[in-house]
Amino acid sequence: MYLSIYDFSSFFQSIDNWLTSTFPEPIATIIVWILIGVSAIAFTALLGLSLVYAERKVAAWFQLRIGPNRVGFQGVLQTVADITKLIMKEPLTPGTSDKFLYNLAPFLMMLAPFIVIGALPYAEGLQVMDLNVGVFFVTAVSSIGVLGILISGYSSNNKYSLIGSMRSGAQVVSYELSAGLAIMVIVVMSGSLQFSEIIEAQRDGWWIFKGHLPVWIAFVVFIIAGTAETNRGPFDLAEAESELTAGFHTEYSGIKFAFFFLAEYVNLFIIVVLATTLFLGGWMPLHIGDWEAFNNIADIIPPIFWFLGKVSALIILIMWFKWTFPRLRIDQLLTLEWKYLLPISLVNIVLAAFIILMGWHF
Amino acid sequence: MTNEELTNTITSWFPDVEFIEEGSQYLTLLVTKDKLMDVISKLKEDPSTHFDYMFCLTCVDWPEHFQMVYHLKSSDLDHMLVLKVNLEDKEKPEVETVCKLYATAELHEREVYDLFGVVFLNHPDLRRLLLTDDWEGYPLRKDYVDEINIVTL
Amino acid sequence: MEETIISPDGTQEYFINMGPQHPSTHGVLRLVLTLDGEIIEKVEPHLGYIHRSIEKMCEKDNYRQIIHLTDRMDYLSAHMNNHAVSLAIENALEVEIPDRAKYIRVIMDELTRISSHTLWWGVMGMDLGAITSFLYGFRDHEYITEIFEETCGARLTMNYNVPGGVMFDIHPNFVKHVKDFIADFKTKLPEYDTLLSGNVIFLERTKGIGILTKEDAISFGVTGPAGRASGFSNDVRKKEPYGIYDQLDFKEILYTDGDTYSRYKARIDEMWESIKIIEQLIDNIPEGDFQAKTRKVIKLPKGEFYQKVETARGELGVYIVSDGKMNPYRMKFRSPGFSNLSALDRMARGGKIADLVAIMSTLDLVVPDIDR
Repeated sequence: MYLSIYDFSSFFQSIDNWLTSTFPEPIATIIVWILIGVSAIAFTALLGLSLVYAERKVAAWFQLRIGPNRVGFQGVLQTVADITKLIMKEPLTPGTSDKFLYNLAPFLMMLAPFIVIGALPYAEGLQVMDLNVGVFFVTAVSSIGVLGILISGYSSNNKYSLIGSMRSGAQVVSYELSAGLAIMVIVVMSGSLQFSEIIEAQRDGWWIFKGHLPVWIAFVVFIIAGTAETNRGPFDLAEAESELTAGFHTEYSGIKFAFFFLAEYVNLFIIVVLATTLFLGGWMPLHIGDWEAFNNIADIIPPIFWFLGKVSALIILIMWFKWTFPRLRIDQLLTLEWKYLLPISLVNIVLAAFIILMGWHF
Repeated sequence: MTNEELTNTITSWFPDVEFIEEGSQYLTLLVTKDKLMDVISKLKEDPSTHFDYMFCLTCVDWPEHFQMVYHLKSSDLDHMLVLKVNLEDKEKPEVETVCKLYATAELHEREVYDLFGVVFLNHPDLRRLLLTDDWEGYPLRKDYVDEINIVTL
Repeated sequence: MEETIISPDGTQEYFINMGPQHPSTHGVLRLVLTLDGEIIEKVEPHLGYIHRSIEKMCEKDNYRQIIHLTDRMDYLSAHMNNHAVSLAIENALEVEIPDRAKYIRVIMDELTRISSHTLWWGVMGMDLGAITSFLYGFRDHEYITEIFEETCGARLTMNYNVPGGVMFDIHPNFVKHVKDFIADFKTKLPEYDTLLSGNVIFLERTKGIGILTKEDAISFGVTGPAGRASGFSNDVRKKEPYGIYDQLDFKEILYTDGDTYSRYKARIDEMWESIKIIEQLIDNIPEGDFQAKTRKVIKLPKGEFYQKVETARGELGVYIVSDGKMNPYRMKFRSPGFSNLSALDRMARGGKIADLVAIMSTLDLVVPDIDR
């Protein structure tokens, strides 16, 4: 087994050893759970804050503006201030809404990302749980999120919310198909559903480089479908502020709104991490075949930086879409999926299988 | 068509319409209330006049009558004409709607109804347009009194 | 409201109040939509949320004061509104205004047209979901606003026209700044095309959407770029020239499709024409008076006066009925937005909510202009 000084697993192993040696077995397990839970919450919150800040800066960059620049150095504390404001605001519940579902929806929205971030690989050994069906688990669980949108729209008793959530329902369910098929191409190539093995398969080159045509198609399809799944522009029909005021979260305020807001960004992060892991080698440094010298130089940069670099690049790409393109109309959105992306993905997966059968990939 | 030709043509169709000579840059035609629909539809339908564009529709509250003013133009022949109808009954002004001929009249007539109280017969949807449904009186009438909102100098 | 209508397949119509507080009605316009799912069956405008009864106020004011009210109608075409009233008064008084004032007025009108269209372009992009265009549009809008501020002292409601000319002479830097702006804007306008006009999603969203036939445009009295996109040739600057428009070389933009995209293109092309007009004038502003002598208290002769002006939205008509006193007996503003709005129902029926937003955007409604 290849060993790296940047491997986190020995660090976590030592914490685990210390806990089990200091405390009895059940208590040690509970402490581990709590530690994981707390770090997951902290990580999500930090992620939300930094992504919102990044979005505002990227938007400003595209829009000839400066962006937030008053609170803290270069406005880095702006989002903290915003969240503080949202927490202190009164979370209203409309009198005619279905109160139980209305209050449940924001938590459902947050539930899916919380579960999913545990299964994602961030660096060597930096992963809560390396499931042997990791890819499948992530795609399955992340679709719970649409339930939150549907419930929030239905329970708000607001027609704009209802239209927004119905749009979103149709959209997410449709685009999951192509996203799933795009993922399948990589699964077929790697021969595994486990994240660690998919990354390991890219040690001699990322799939985007050695996968030929099917992977390129799958990557484009996945980015489009992923953007659609996260309800981001140009597919932000569920919110569509110029048509539906604020779509499914029109009636939400305060911290409940913040949950929707946060969930959008965490979902974006999850999609981008998936894309990175599947197509761009996750934390794996750039390796080219058997070029020993080049590979060793690439290895000097810690995997966590490779990972963050790739993720940031993709996040900026997706933000770029949002701030450039106009929004699609609902029928055009579904046409794009059912008449173009889905047939392409289906043909693509056959193509991928054929290429693997002939052994044409590297 | 020049104004003279228009005058001749219209007189040949409707010998009893009255032309108002003074005080306007456009050729002005005064018709009676019951003749309005005949005149205006003939003016619109006939290819030699073809007044198909109504660029203004309004009303003036004169002391002895209401006067409906229709500004007409032909989109291809480029001549213009003003049609006027005097509504003598100040208590209950009524006139036939022209919105079957000019779609723009629908909103303009609602506005006139709203502000002058002129009732347009056979109008598809005659309701208050700008003011609230329970507004009392018709503000653009000269006898409208509102001591709070209207400051007289 | 009325009885619920249930269609044979069991679906039910429902109503939505779009506005008076809604991001894409751009002001306090309220539309009651009858919807079948996402498909629009009927659009019914409810007006009056910003009705100030300007026509009634005019009956109390003298002619100099009236001009100041007109700024507040279509605030994005403030100069043209002022121009219309001034012209109506001047024609009634038969005052010959100096050439310098005529030139300044036309330059100001065309600058206003560009500034209105740049703002419209930004908002149009925003309505379609491309928020970035809003800031690009505002960048150029701001430039013109600063030129206005320098000469008129105000950025939005300029009040620059008075009966007989303009209120005061142009600022010494005016010519230079306008030239700078034109040179700058000529490089910026192609950016508009690269950001929106060629975008696939944009074309999908606008081509063939909200078609208004020429017959309907005439019947509804849809004027301005919206009417000309349907082939209704009604540019007042060409048909009934005022100011010095008859001496200028510019094209009337005409399209025949009548869809949202044509209305979009018509406005973009109009900006190029406006640039052309300003370029013809800016170097040749004649020396001389900027205002003709008029009496302090203006009294119009008895009669009726109608003046048309092409604003950024279409044909603005000012109808003055005078009984010889110092204030008009009746004043009517035929606002372009009011007539353009009436065609909205015809254009939006059968489309989706998203189409309605695009159509409304290309009609370029300014609510104070509609309500007056």
